[in-house]
Amino acid sequence: MLKFCSIFSKSKSKNLFLLRSRTKSTSRSQSSPAAYTFSRRIFPYSKHSSLLARVSISRVPPSRSFATDSEARDSIEYDVVVVGAGPAGLSAAIRLKQLCHQKGADLSVCVVEKGAEVGAHIISGNVFEPRALDELLPQWKQEEAPINTPVSSDKFWFLTKNRAISLPSPFHNKGNYVISLSQLVRWLGAKAEELGVEIYPGFAASEILYDANNKVIGIGTNDMGIAKDGSKKENFQRGVEVKGRITLLAEGCRGSLSEKIIGRYNLREKGGAEHQTYALGIKEVWEIDERKHQPGAVLHTLGWPLDHKTYGGSFLYHMKDNQISIGFVVALNYQNPFMNPYEEFQKFKHHPAIRQYLEGGTVIQYGARTLNEGGFQSIPYPVFPGGAIIGCSAGFLNVPKIKGTHTAMKSGMLAAEVTFGVLNEGLDMDMYWKALRNSWIWDELYKARNYRPAFEYGLIPGLALSGLEHYLLRGKHPFTLKHGKADHEATNAAQLHSPIQYPKADGVLSFDVPTSLHRSNTNHEHDQPPHLRLRDPKIPETVNLPVYAAPESRYCPARVYEYVADEHNQLKLQINAQNCLHCKACDIKDPKQNIEWTVPEGGGGPGYSVM
Amino acid sequence: MKIMVAIKRVIDYAVKIRVKPDKSGVVTQNVKMSMNPFCEIALEEALRIRESGLASEVVAVTMGPSQCLDTLRTGLAMGADRGIHVDSTSALHPLHVAKILRNLVQIEKPSLIILGKQAIDDDCNQTGQMVAGLLNWPQGTFASKVVLDKEKEEVTVDREVDDGIETVQLKLPAVITTDLRLNQPRYATLPNIMKAKSKPIKKFTPQELNVEIKSDLEIVEVTEPPKRKAGVMVSSVDELIEKLKNEAKVI
Repeated sequence: MLKFCSIFSKSKSKNLFLLRSRTKSTSRSQSSPAAYTFSRRIFPYSKHSSLLARVSISRVPPSRSFATDSEARDSIEYDVVVVGAGPAGLSAAIRLKQLCHQKGADLSVCVVEKGAEVGAHIISGNVFEPRALDELLPQWKQEEAPINTPVSSDKFWFLTKNRAISLPSPFHNKGNYVISLSQLVRWLGAKAEELGVEIYPGFAASEILYDANNKVIGIGTNDMGIAKDGSKKENFQRGVEVKGRITLLAEGCRGSLSEKIIGRYNLREKGGAEHQTYALGIKEVWEIDERKHQPGAVLHTLGWPLDHKTYGGSFLYHMKDNQISIGFVVALNYQNPFMNPYEEFQKFKHHPAIRQYLEGGTVIQYGARTLNEGGFQSIPYPVFPGGAIIGCSAGFLNVPKIKGTHTAMKSGMLAAEVTFGVLNEGLDMDMYWKALRNSWIWDELYKARNYRPAFEYGLIPGLALSGLEHYLLRGKHPFTLKHGKADHEATNAAQLHSPIQYPKADGVLSFDVPTSLHRSNTNHEHDQPPHLRLRDPKIPETVNLPVYAAPESRYCPARVYEYVADEHNQLKLQINAQNCLHCKACDIKDPKQNIEWTVPEGGGGPGYSVM
Repeated sequence: MKIMVAIKRVIDYAVKIRVKPDKSGVVTQNVKMSMNPFCEIALEEALRIRESGLASEVVAVTMGPSQCLDTLRTGLAMGADRGIHVDSTSALHPLHVAKILRNLVQIEKPSLIILGKQAIDDDCNQTGQMVAGLLNWPQGTFASKVVLDKEKEEVTVDREVDDGIETVQLKLPAVITTDLRLNQPRYATLPNIMKAKSKPIKKFTPQELNVEIKSDLEIVEVTEPPKRKAGVMVSSVDELIEKLKNEAKVI
């Protein structure tokens, strides 16, 4: 155990002491803030100070004491409330308003979004299949949707340490486009507002509202202006209740409210679904040398640097304006607790066949997010009393295609159509389940259902079955493979593995986490209770650290979790909640499921614009 | 009594700034913009003065292209009563802004103008002072505390200066620019954002206000600050002295 501790406490504690001395100093120049009256704005001057200020020292309080209020909240009522302004949420909102215009009805639709702007929390590969958009807004091209780089080539490589072996591409990307999903969602947001949808970014839905019959009647937004110790600050603002006759949850993968609803109404059992499985995707957008840029070029790789037991790979998509999206995806059922997906990504960029694109370029943005890999087997029953779950919160990503945007959008559209029927014609929301099963989403996901589970048997069997599926079977077989263990259960004890030595960042192709984090434009109001809650505060030091060598200090792409020596030289968990990218990896991968991701004050989190 | 608050739409403070490849400025496309943090503090102070009963109306003014309306709506959502948008697509330097504000003052006739001490994009720290000069009004800049005495028509301002806090008493009408420690701006609540949609915004152009936007400043080049060079580790005091003497030439 001592061995593990020394590896990750060495460099980090040094940073911490640097940080401590910085915040203690009270330099008197005009532009430096006094620590005690830190306004809700951290001083924006030098890049350096804002980097350090970002990492706040927040010990998790032993008992949560929040400003529990019997003070009544303002209540606003709508016909439909959508949580999350992503592809699914906005497609649902747009479809609802379209139906209203078509049929002469009038429904008020409100979308609440925790990001500071629509699109700020949107990150995805993304090779976009326009199938759902063609149905939703057929005039998207004339209306100048930011979809203008058709796929021009489709490559698939198997990487070894020094070579790249070209394999036949399993994808059919003809007719698809390389896009920035954040940009597309911003455009969708504008379209939704044109149709009369009310979108409120900067408001985090933190609780579900129920009536006396256990029916969902809306959501409550976060109280704002609570200090770290739970007391009210001078700008304390009570949250509001946003009530809806129907509530649609579109929070994306591992949505915090969606997970609660799935648990409360037993939606996995009800739908006969297995547990959901996930992967963590880490991505950078680079501006590269124009001579190396091939707009529409699509590349995927498998193999190095991951081993045969770990499912994952990379993507490299050329967008427009000499920009490329490059990213690395690692399935979260990896076994080695020393695995560090961020470092694997940085290592990957040094491969000779990859670095050739990056040399001479600069990184524009960085980000990370988990994604669903459970596919067909993991779709829960998506309807609950008072609403439904749409998009990745339910989980419609097509894993072999690595696309989930089109199915998320279609699920939103279907939910909107059923919702319209419920509110205007007295239909049952359960029709949504039926609508899904009769749609091309079901068809697609059914055909794709065995690709991912086959990799539980290893990389080669997985590839073999993929080939078989792709060329011969195409989903037409009677069996459905099951998933392996749940991601959090798959982590082995640290004693079964040895620490992985990752190369140091060179600052040109690979970077350390603080540098990358700065490029995500992420920030949170520092004086708020940490939004990452430990169900049992003792478990990190009694289980995570000794048994698993603190995997959270490795899989978190924002370095939120650090073990730091305290006054007695005991390692204690420090949660730098301010760094959080809202990726949800910790909620998924924590071995004892002790970490609960809850939503922080609205407006915080990453600021993606081209991701 | 009316208070006028000038607010500016700038690149959000948390965004990583990039210089354009042609060095003509910074990248503003696809970049998050927000209200200047000092302007938020200025607006918050104006709202507090109104809420204490000493003022009747808070008017928020912004200048720039049509996207500035978003920032103005945020100001209205925080609690301003009315908005004024001076529509201009050309670059507005502090002197232009000051002249426009002076001409707006002649129309609106506020007793107090509150501005942020500087904008975080240009760090000029000039507009408030110029407005006071053009109007011949007293100014209290870098305010960390503002106390209004309505009967005596005076405002007492604690200013943060290099050697401490300086307290000045200004006869109204006056100009105040706000510093960081003055207050903590409020959050705009959902009901207020909805109410803000119906608050009136009056539009002007610089021509209507008789101000010519003639640029007497030309930005020649914008570059990133030089990267900090790595330090050099020395192994002994003698080596340090030798380096200070011969390399750095400071002793």
